[in-house]
Amino acid sequence: MSFMNQLIIAPILLPLLTAALMLLLGEKRRPLKARLNLLSSLLGLAISITLLLWVQAQGQASSIGVYLPGNWPAPFGIALVVDRLSALMLVLTGIVGVCALIFAMARWDSAGASFHALFQIQLMGLYGAFLTADLFNLFVFFEVLLAASYGLLLHGSGRARVKAGLHYIAINLFASSLFLVGAAMLYGVTGTLNMADLALKIPLVPEADRGLLHAGAAILATAFLAKAGIWPLNFWLVPAYSAASAPVAALFAIMTKVGIYTVLRLWTLLFSGQAGASSFFGGDWLVYGGLATLGCAAVSILAAQRLERMASISILASAGTLMAAIGFGQAALTAGALFYLVSSTLALCALFLLAELIERSRSANELPLDDDDCHPSPLESLHPPKGINLDDEQKAVIGQVIPWTMAFLGLSFIACALLIIGLPPLSGFIGKISLIAALFNPLGMGIPPEQPLSVQGWALVALLVLSGLASMIALTRVGIQRFWTPQERPSPALRRYECIPIVVLLGLCIALSVRAEPLLRYTQDTAASLQDPEQYVSAVLATRPIPGPTSQAASAQVQP
Amino acid sequence: MEEVIATAIGVLAASGVWLILRPRTFQVVMGLCLLSYGVNLFIFSMGSLFIGKEPIIKDGVPQDLLNYTDPLPQALVLTAIVISFAMTALFLVVLLASRGLTGTDHVDGREPNE
Repeated sequence: MSFMNQLIIAPILLPLLTAALMLLLGEKRRPLKARLNLLSSLLGLAISITLLLWVQAQGQASSIGVYLPGNWPAPFGIALVVDRLSALMLVLTGIVGVCALIFAMARWDSAGASFHALFQIQLMGLYGAFLTADLFNLFVFFEVLLAASYGLLLHGSGRARVKAGLHYIAINLFASSLFLVGAAMLYGVTGTLNMADLALKIPLVPEADRGLLHAGAAILATAFLAKAGIWPLNFWLVPAYSAASAPVAALFAIMTKVGIYTVLRLWTLLFSGQAGASSFFGGDWLVYGGLATLGCAAVSILAAQRLERMASISILASAGTLMAAIGFGQAALTAGALFYLVSSTLALCALFLLAELIERSRSANELPLDDDDCHPSPLESLHPPKGINLDDEQKAVIGQVIPWTMAFLGLSFIACALLIIGLPPLSGFIGKISLIAALFNPLGMGIPPEQPLSVQGWALVALLVLSGLASMIALTRVGIQRFWTPQERPSPALRRYECIPIVVLLGLCIALSVRAEPLLRYTQDTAASLQDPEQYVSAVLATRPIPGPTSQAASAQVQP
Repeated sequence: MEEVIATAIGVLAASGVWLILRPRTFQVVMGLCLLSYGVNLFIFSMGSLFIGKEPIIKDGVPQDLLNYTDPLPQALVLTAIVISFAMTALFLVVLLASRGLTGTDHVDGREPNE
């Protein structure tokens, strides 16, 4: 076992130890903890990138690294596995984490207790969920990241946050119960919890037990779909995410992707083409769920008034797109979906950060935090509100605007909007066009498809375009209201720490637009390896524990 | 025995779900508790139910599932109990915060007829 194999557990241990250290430091010394947190997050990102490069450098055949934390062989002990998909998600988590943290260091980390420790625990849960290859261990990491997210969601306190947090916790506790029931049923049918071993055992399940197996898998999937924000299990998401403080919401941009990741991972492993009678079980449900989510998100973004809320609904749209694309079970489509996942996560993270800066200059009572009862009122805001300063000619006094802040916010907003709508020239367009191209050419460009596009395929194409249109209308409207409406308001004061993460995130997206090919190739390789779970299974089950000193002595005695 | 366990799990889960759908936060907490009890029993029964069998290996007894009960579900239940207990405690704290901030114990933070 090489040094790189040992590195697989580092993304879990590092945040855990950092969080423990921060708790020892106590409530004071926030600057020190912030620096420690940043250092640890950057180190975690560096480790993730190292793992990604390592996985990629190994080549197609054995691009999977396995670590056995308990030094037990795979079906009996827990295994941590890094393959292309895990490595991609690790790096994405690292980037989002660092950016959210830098933003929080400007202001938000002092709004409540233990922000930095909770942040590290959250990162640990995310990294662990992306790395583990054991179903129950996945549950534990889910609980770790959820427990931290409960604390982070309530960070900053306030009525809206506590109310949204109450619903969020109740829903997630219920979903955790479903997770346990599903995992227990899978264990009852197959007798194993290791994902690779499950993939081997599922084709062998007797016909009488297959219904039980499918029921267990469906219950398990319900838990993941609730976390991923798939309609109709997603009514908790928009209030919770739009009530959360900006850096927390930005970090949560990756949280729904955990649900997507687990569905993708488990569905391609457990119900792959080699799963016998269970092949592609439930794929239609994923497609229909994704389409319904996308449709609902497209309608509800039109009704949203606040930018945070639009960002939350965009998360739903992105989750719906991904889920529908994954449900088709085609390699080309999954590759496009993974590219779209990277681009949309970065863009949504930036939009959550940006939303706070844009809305900061507006007074809090202008629009209530939860706009359940608000109806779209595009004209109202063009009239000067009551109490506005009027000059001698009864015209509103237009506030002095510091050019660079407004220019920065405006340009960043345009970039974010382009990314989320999926308009050229930015990477959101490349993600959507690769999805649509893959729908029409499942075997690759230039090769005529075996059968014409199905009804679901047409529905996905139509909804992708229509939801882009709806996002464009909504974001244009809010952009006009926020940037072009003359209003008496203080120009937003931006701190350097608040601009850096937005520049970094949008810069990454622009880099992805200019040089999309390496990532597209990477996601194609990822999708190809997901289509062929045999590699994963054999890599996990073939890993032998390291012989300890006593067993080495024993084997030396046996062999004379 | 299977019937008794199945009935118990069913009653616990049904009461839990009913209570979760109630409007008062304390009822929701109780519902989540009952549901997690039902789930724990469910995991436990997935290791198949036996009387008088232990999960710990004894000398002289062949090591197979005819003589022992499956230890894994018991370990899983232990973990699930700890986690659900901790989460319920955390939920109680949020409940109290909500009560303090909104002055009502309704899950939406305001009385329905306000």
